[in-house]
Amino acid sequence: MSDLNVLWPLSGGVLIGLSAGLYLLTTGRIAGISGLAASAAGLTGMGFSKLGLGFLGGILAGAALAAAFIRRPEIAVTSSVPLLVIAGLLVGFGTRLGSGCTSGHGVCGLARLSPRSLTATLVFMAVAAATVFAVRLVTGGLA
Amino acid sequence: MLARTLAAIASGLLFGAGLVVSDMINPARVLAFLDVTGHWDPSLAFVMGGALIPSWLAYRIRGRRAAPAFDDRFHVPANGRLDGALLGGAVLFGLGWGLVGLCPGPAIAALTMGRWEVGLFVVAMLTGMAAYRLTLGRPVSAAR
Repeated sequence: MSDLNVLWPLSGGVLIGLSAGLYLLTTGRIAGISGLAASAAGLTGMGFSKLGLGFLGGILAGAALAAAFIRRPEIAVTSSVPLLVIAGLLVGFGTRLGSGCTSGHGVCGLARLSPRSLTATLVFMAVAAATVFAVRLVTGGLA
Repeated sequence: MLARTLAAIASGLLFGAGLVVSDMINPARVLAFLDVTGHWDPSLAFVMGGALIPSWLAYRIRGRRAAPAFDDRFHVPANGRLDGALLGGAVLFGLGWGLVGLCPGPAIAALTMGRWEVGLFVVAMLTGMAAYRLTLGRPVSAAR
């Protein structure tokens, strides 16, 4: 593994952690994107959250700026409409039911040593890995 | 409060840039990390490790503060019990994440790359959130 392979993910991770830390120490809230997205879209029963809209707008601008000036990402994603729809519905419903996703449980929850978040993170990681394995079995791909 | 909204925008900027720099914005990269029995790509473990250093520090600092900079109190939930909703939600989320390789943050960031697939995923994700709100969602859910 070259140094570059570690430096990109590590420095990107630090930026994400700085974001979560800044958001906590300024607004007092958990930087969980599923919750922020739901609140921005008016799906939490509390109107359209300015914080959610601000954070989401920041993500769009930050990603566009980084893609323009730091690193041009490749987006390799399935084009299967049923798969995209089913996965989107599962991610949307599941993150609301389970109160968080990779950022809220995975980054913030682990950072604050929350047993609930640690459990959720282990469960969704294991299920996601099992899903990838099952998909590979079904499609017969050798990845 | 304007300062709070500006802080949210600044946090979002860092987050979006982090997703691009780490390449977590790419679903194929995420699936390669989850593919533990195939050609496993450990990159995301470094993303997670890198993210935990500053966020862990911030949560230590929080312990010594009465309130955040732009609010009168912290809104971090108390550590509750494990329950069916948490576990069921994590299972459903894991299924969806493993099928396509997109979770909410990267999906939103990837909207800027002009791919219809990502747009469709985000519409379906918001529909799933609305479905939760209309079925099991409590009248006022905790701010997250």
